[in-house]
Amino acid sequence: MVMEGGRVFAGMTVMENLELGAYGTRARKQRAETVDQVFEIFPRLKERLTQRAGTLSGGERQMLAIGRAMMSKPKLLMLDEPSFGLAPILVDAIFEMVKSINKQGVTILLVEQNVRAALELADRAYVIENGRIVGEGSGEALLSFESVRSAYLG
Amino acid sequence: MLQPLAQNIVYGILIGSLYGLAALGLSLVFGVSKFLNVSHGELLMLGGYASFWLFKLLKIDPFISIPLTIIFLLLIGFILYRLIFSRLIKLDVEKKIQNSLLVGFGLSTIFQNIALRLWTADDRSITTVYSAKSLEFAGVRFPIVRLISLGIALIVLVGLQIFLKKTYTGKAIRATVEDWQSASLMGINIHSVYLLAFVLGCAIAGAAGTLVSICYSVDPSMGLNWTLKSMVVMVLGGLGSMVGTFVGGIILGVTESATAFFIGGNYRLIAGLVLFLIILIFRPQGLFGTKEGDR
Repeated sequence: MVMEGGRVFAGMTVMENLELGAYGTRARKQRAETVDQVFEIFPRLKERLTQRAGTLSGGERQMLAIGRAMMSKPKLLMLDEPSFGLAPILVDAIFEMVKSINKQGVTILLVEQNVRAALELADRAYVIENGRIVGEGSGEALLSFESVRSAYLG
Repeated sequence: MLQPLAQNIVYGILIGSLYGLAALGLSLVFGVSKFLNVSHGELLMLGGYASFWLFKLLKIDPFISIPLTIIFLLLIGFILYRLIFSRLIKLDVEKKIQNSLLVGFGLSTIFQNIALRLWTADDRSITTVYSAKSLEFAGVRFPIVRLISLGIALIVLVGLQIFLKKTYTGKAIRATVEDWQSASLMGINIHSVYLLAFVLGCAIAGAAGTLVSICYSVDPSMGLNWTLKSMVVMVLGGLGSMVGTFVGGIILGVTESATAFFIGGNYRLIAGLVLFLIILIFRPQGLFGTKEGDR
């Protein structure tokens, strides 16, 4: 699970953050391989390995948060607003990375206010209004859905 | 003039390393679980008495008895945590500090009176064959027991530092300090982290207590003085930094002995507190601490 804003351990290095992601016994055994997988998706993290997480930029922090979550070898990765507080260009990059994680066979549950980007990415989407599901379908279908278009996409 | 001054500073450093070691345990516990354990000084006292009796009854050299005192204090720490402090962990930070203060004052009264009952109010100190020996260098004397104490304090500091930086468990402790919610999301059992930090803090207090019983003396009412010193040092060095805490101890030691030298022995305690206030005014995060905003 990745919380809103990432919540990485700011005083610890990037590597330490990733190691802590693999804290569980099962994930700990495989952490050397998992780290390599994470670097494949986030090569930027590899460059920043010994840097303290607090000195990273917002986008890098978000990458670290997602990478840290991947270290636990999850079957399901839950992301709470990964675009939170990021520049649009970074949002695209992050979503690209989320897609490639998905391609590796990890199910992803994404909660996102950036509706267009989320819908373009999603296989299946739900629109929640006041705590109720008011629309569901494939991402593409919802993109063309009239009430969604008018409410969120303008 | 110069030689007595150098002598004074050397003494300050040697004493300060004990302050630093005493504060290390308090700082570790406070940093991790936000328990302000004001019975910390009494834990030192228990450690000191343990070494004293081991020496007196079984003729075990005090420096060799340190591992035993550490084990003894680990047990006491475990019992205290399980019986009492574990009940406070669910509270929010402010309530935790307040309630641990109350518990700590209660415990320190209990420990003091138990010690008074069992071992009377006499000052006890350990006198070994090498107690009076000292090395001399450029006219400055280095008492052997204090040099060894400095060495042991450094070993504990370095050991703790390696543990926190290099081991998985140590990293889990640091992660819990930074953000316990994130840490528990990583699968870290924060209750065992709190327990571990607490018993480690107690164990360090035990080692410090032994060194105090060698370099000074122990008596049932010594605790408060050491608790106060530890708190001053902890804040001085900056919360959350182990090396900072230790250096803070040495700064306090040197300030005290320099004051005793230049102004007079009666003012040494005041000097420490004045220094404490000055640093709080100009660097409230402590000398080596980081501001909350840096995170």
